[in-house]
Amino acid sequence: MTVMQHIWIVIGVLFVLLNIAAGLIWVERRLLALWQDRLGPNRAGPLGLFIVLADTLKLFFKEDWIPPFADKKIFILAPAIVVGSVLLSFVIIPFAPNIVVADLNIGLLFFLAMSSLGVYSIVLGGWASNNKYALLGALRGASQMIAYEVFMGLSLMGVVMLTGSFNMGAIVEAQKDMWFIVTQPVGFFVFFIAGIAETHRLPFDIPEAESELIAGYHAEYSGMKFGMFFIGEYLGITLISAMMVALFFGGWLGPSFLPPLAWFALKTFFFIGVFILLRASLPRPRYDQLIEYGWKILLPVVLANLMITGAIALWMKGG
Amino acid sequence: MRQSTLPGGGVKIMLSNLRTMWLVFLHLFHKKETIQYPEEKIKLHPRWRGRIVLTKDPDGGERCVGCYLCAVACPVDCIALQATEDENGRRYPEFFRINFSRCIFCGYCEEACPTYAIQLIPDFEMAEYNRQNLVFEKEDLLINSQGKYPGYNFYKVAGMDAGVKEKGEGDNEEPVVDIKSLLP
Repeated sequence: MTVMQHIWIVIGVLFVLLNIAAGLIWVERRLLALWQDRLGPNRAGPLGLFIVLADTLKLFFKEDWIPPFADKKIFILAPAIVVGSVLLSFVIIPFAPNIVVADLNIGLLFFLAMSSLGVYSIVLGGWASNNKYALLGALRGASQMIAYEVFMGLSLMGVVMLTGSFNMGAIVEAQKDMWFIVTQPVGFFVFFIAGIAETHRLPFDIPEAESELIAGYHAEYSGMKFGMFFIGEYLGITLISAMMVALFFGGWLGPSFLPPLAWFALKTFFFIGVFILLRASLPRPRYDQLIEYGWKILLPVVLANLMITGAIALWMKGG
Repeated sequence: MRQSTLPGGGVKIMLSNLRTMWLVFLHLFHKKETIQYPEEKIKLHPRWRGRIVLTKDPDGGERCVGCYLCAVACPVDCIALQATEDENGRRYPEFFRINFSRCIFCGYCEEACPTYAIQLIPDFEMAEYNRQNLVFEKEDLLINSQGKYPGYNFYKVAGMDAGVKEKGEGDNEEPVVDIKSLLP
């Protein structure tokens, strides 16, 4: 690939992702409304799509206030980290054959590393806000991330074992005959739960927990700084959905009447819908329940899955 | 209490969560509760307490006799009026003013009114950009209708002569006794 092609891919991915993140405002509000027997925003523009414009403009014109008691530099830095780290994770997503920003041979590890970095925005944002609710949110975010990061990584190791590579393109290619959802259902299940916790979406929005902590770590944020956290969350949903598709649902693979990119987008949007359905249906668990569930159930499950996968892989090889 | 730690309990919770998600998903096909307001109006019942009006009797005369009972009954003091009389001795309000920015639509004025003049009707679309426009004068309140009590005319049943009927000619009223006659 030439340098120009690379630049076009980067610009294209950025453009599409940021638009998706903004468009998800509308998607989420409409879908939530439909599942709650309402109609949702349907006035501005066709199907209410211009609500995205209205929301964005509103965010831009809101007063961008920094509390006098906040640690100013870190307060400003924190929202940038979440968007930055999530966007960096997208670097390794194979959207279609040859449409990938960086075809790293340690792609999966890079994704895990970058998604772990995202927690810094929560911790720093909560810490710099100098507000007890924000700090509590940050603390919860940190321990939730540590707990769920562990088996998020472990749940993917089964896939890596079956493929024999950390390269995302190779993982998708390895699913030519059979998607990994068939051979690694437990891995998918655990990755899905960990992914919800990773993006701190409902029902695992414990760092935010509107009803307990007001808005948790971003309680003091306003204007476009809050908007960055917002975009970061939507990008996170898109990222986890794209990862699930690439790792377990055959990525761009699919019948040839649609181009590979379309298959990838379709599958990703399906999982984004599932994320929103989760928000519409499930209540938030208590903080101790979440951590207990993680360490006492999911970790043993994922370790057992890892051992069984390893044993079967060895046996299949005839070793 | 600590059910979630048990493997069996955990599976049960998981299945119930999946069932919840499925049931919520089915709401996609349910009838929506939203009423698309400006195009689609809500159904208001006849006795719904909304905008206040002053009604007229079947002859087209004002029903209000300026008795001040509504102004007294009003808990937020939003009604102001001044009674006066015409040449026949029939009382009517010289001005009648309701400040709808204060009105709480409790309906006490309607209950207090002895002549069915003041009535609350099923209409709530009275938003204004200018607060002063919410002060309704008599010409804004008076409607050319008998409202909820058609056929009722206070001066037809009241004993006094106010140019509507002669004495003793009202509904359910006996003729006036001629005090100068000896006949029974």
